[in-house]
Amino acid sequence: MKKALLTVIALVAALAAAMLPGARAEAKELLGAGATFPFPYYSKLFDTYNQEKGVKVNYQAIGSGGGIQQLKAKTVDFGGTDDFMKDKEMAEAGAPILHIPTCLGAVVITYNVPGDPAIKLTPSLIVDIFLGRIEKWNDKRILDVNPGAQLPDMNIATVHRSDGSGTTAIFSDYLSTVSAEWKERVGAGKSLNWPNGLGAKGNPGVAGLVKQVPGAIGYVELIYAVQNKMPYADVKNKSGVFIKPSMKSVTAAAGVAIPDDTRVSIVNTAAKDGYPISGFTWLVFYKEQNYAGRSKEKATDLANLMGWILHEGQQLAEGLDYAPLPAEAVKKAEAILKSATYDGASIVQ
Amino acid sequence: MHTSHSNIRLRIIKDRLFLALVVLLSFAMIVPLLLIIFHIVKNGIGVINWEFLTALPRPMGETGGGIANALAGTMMLIVLASLIAIPLGVLAGIYLAEQKTGRIASGVRLCMEVLQGIPSIVIGIVAYAWVVISMGTFSALSGSVALAIMMLPVIVRSTEETLRLVPDILREASLALGVSYARTVLKIIVPSGLTGILTGILLAIARITGETAPLLFTAFGNPYMSLNVLKPVDSLPLMIFNYATSPYPEWHAKAWGAALVLVVFVMGMNFTAKVIAKRWKVQF
Amino acid sequence: MIKVSFDSIFKTVLKAVGVLMLLLLAGIFVTLVIDSLPAMKAAGFAFFTGTTWDPVFKEYGSLVFLVGTLLTSFLALAISLPFSLAIAIFLGEYFRSGLVSSFLKSAIELMAGIPSVIFGMWGLFVLVPLVRQVEMQFGVAPYGIGILTASLILAVMIIPYSASISSDVVNLVPADLKEAALSLGATRYEMIKKVVLPSARSGIFAGVLLSLGRAIGETMAVTMVIGNANILPTSIFSPANTMASIIANEFAEATDAVYISCLIEVGLLLMMVTLVISMIGRYIMHRMKI
Repeated sequence: MKKALLTVIALVAALAAAMLPGARAEAKELLGAGATFPFPYYSKLFDTYNQEKGVKVNYQAIGSGGGIQQLKAKTVDFGGTDDFMKDKEMAEAGAPILHIPTCLGAVVITYNVPGDPAIKLTPSLIVDIFLGRIEKWNDKRILDVNPGAQLPDMNIATVHRSDGSGTTAIFSDYLSTVSAEWKERVGAGKSLNWPNGLGAKGNPGVAGLVKQVPGAIGYVELIYAVQNKMPYADVKNKSGVFIKPSMKSVTAAAGVAIPDDTRVSIVNTAAKDGYPISGFTWLVFYKEQNYAGRSKEKATDLANLMGWILHEGQQLAEGLDYAPLPAEAVKKAEAILKSATYDGASIVQ
Repeated sequence: MHTSHSNIRLRIIKDRLFLALVVLLSFAMIVPLLLIIFHIVKNGIGVINWEFLTALPRPMGETGGGIANALAGTMMLIVLASLIAIPLGVLAGIYLAEQKTGRIASGVRLCMEVLQGIPSIVIGIVAYAWVVISMGTFSALSGSVALAIMMLPVIVRSTEETLRLVPDILREASLALGVSYARTVLKIIVPSGLTGILTGILLAIARITGETAPLLFTAFGNPYMSLNVLKPVDSLPLMIFNYATSPYPEWHAKAWGAALVLVVFVMGMNFTAKVIAKRWKVQF
Repeated sequence: MIKVSFDSIFKTVLKAVGVLMLLLLAGIFVTLVIDSLPAMKAAGFAFFTGTTWDPVFKEYGSLVFLVGTLLTSFLALAISLPFSLAIAIFLGEYFRSGLVSSFLKSAIELMAGIPSVIFGMWGLFVLVPLVRQVEMQFGVAPYGIGILTASLILAVMIIPYSASISSDVVNLVPADLKEAALSLGATRYEMIKKVVLPSARSGIFAGVLLSLGRAIGETMAVTMVIGNANILPTSIFSPANTMASIIANEFAEATDAVYISCLIEVGLLLMMVTLVISMIGRYIMHRMKI
């Protein structure tokens, strides 16, 4: 009995000793959190980065709202968001924050209807469905836009995000742009007061729930629908053309003038072949990196990572159906990265 | 005469029916249990192999990979939480057993009951406010603090109850021989109650091993192997939650596998606690 | 030099640990209250009566979550009660010992040991499709997830608690009372109905309260199957949200100070509700000396 206890104690002590920081060589680590929209891309990106550079980037996909909140709480090295921080949010952060765009993506309307019929949607249909005014899949208004489509007499269950989400922000930004009623009743933001429907956590959660519930409709980043072989709707853009979300139609939507801080919304694009619910996604971090006792080394690691994403990392985007950044965005982002400082001195030369 | 006879028969029938109902309803409870175990084993067993237990997760949407990071993280969280909770819990338990009355003692007793009832998610908020915010990072430590708070009431209570059962004769004999009070408690009373204390500790560990809610914003998760207490770690329940709610069938399968590992571990703990309690129970 | 005896150090350490426990609880409480202050200032009493939870327009009313929590918990209680009562009578009266009873006891212990995230996962993959079929029969929106599913899962989760406490209580009913009833010619059923249940009533009530406290605080299993909709439920098939699940969903991602503070206030409210319920339960149990 006593012996057994001693063995247990010794084991525990040994384990504890092994866990003490400094007992082993410290691997380089960066901690990030935020958007789930680009997570499949980031997941691949950071895995590759670890293999090539030996820096472990731990990115937890908790939602864009979480990314910004945790950056402000100074619990992470960088945040990820698909909803660029508004001036008010920037002011609340206490110190200047930089936005580095990483790629472009599309918010697609995915659905679970028996037979997976191809469906086209107009902005007003999307608004009516998510406001709960169209309740059945075989509603006349849907059939008018989709003549000949095999749509069942089935209840529509809308699925939205339950966490603070940049995907929701892009989606609601779009709906607020195209519908005055949406703007007034629901508005645009990362967390909304949804009039009906089911909530799920993260892009994976929404995709998972839509897959689970027959008759469901939800919005996710393109890759989640593609990887899960879920159908997604063509959406009518500003020019009146029904556009299939794809890397190409997203890139077309991004053909706008990009401001110096890259904070730009590209929803409801004027481009004729552009997909209207597209958006940039960003990584955000503090401009002055010497805060809360951070080391210069960590700041350099972070800047190196950002530089790598802007160049080598871009090649990984296409394989996962994200659109790589336009050349202009990369150029602007490089300038932003150069403005990052440690103790007032530029980190990247 | 006839009516009363049939009356008796009716009463007997009612009696039998009632017994049947009680037996039926009692065993109905076993159905979901069997179903849960059946599904976990059926869906989990095929996933578990050497790679699953020793490899790190692959990037999203790619096949292969395993749960080594979550296994290590869970172990680390348990060990760390135990290091915090066991000394404090056992000492507090000794204090209560020795201090049968008194304002502080009854306060502590009440406090443990209150603590037992606080929802785990609330403890997560507190650990976030105390540890994550003040240390400036999510970490295994913050998760362990939350789990340790949940372990405390179980350990304190079992320690107190066990030590109270130690007969006063032992203490009196020891004290009469001139052994000091502290030595009497540490060398005589605590060792005689050791099995009970150990059982309590194991039950406390079993209680926290499957906890997810307080880890959501403390331990946070980590796709890499991390053995640093000041860095975020993954844990089995967190991983199960994330994988189960995702759309990827590949991840669903992993979630079932991880669930099987977790259930086996928790049940192993409970079983060991029971065996220890039975086998090594010191009879007075 | 003053020689401090080992005894007095030992006693001081013990007392210090005791005091530390008190401070721990006080600290938890104070932390929650202080961090809820901004919410109390901003939302005031409307926090408890408002039914709109709208982070965009900064309107925070938590009544929806209180309703969601109480609805799921009481429904779970109602579903579990016949089963836990049956088990209590089974173990406390009919089969007090022996193979069958130890089998049932082990099953209950096994059930109590299953982590809640696993209940949630099982609910999501196995129970949800079943509930969906029921919903199709009733002609309501076949979400599959919602209050009913959450309550079913919760019911399964709390049966072990209420059953084990209730069976202890039934066990405690004095034998002479029962024998008196039997010797007067009562059948066992009559004896249980007229003697055992009335005298065990308050203890069973205590067990029910304790399991209710557990159901109210349960987070993961509920979050996974309740549908996370911040609206007042209209039927038991509606999706909803509970106090615990809203925190799990939104706490790490709330973006402004008042929003976070409101979630912490939900946490405080949740803690108070569980505490009141479980304290009443424990008070009754203490009085009965269980």
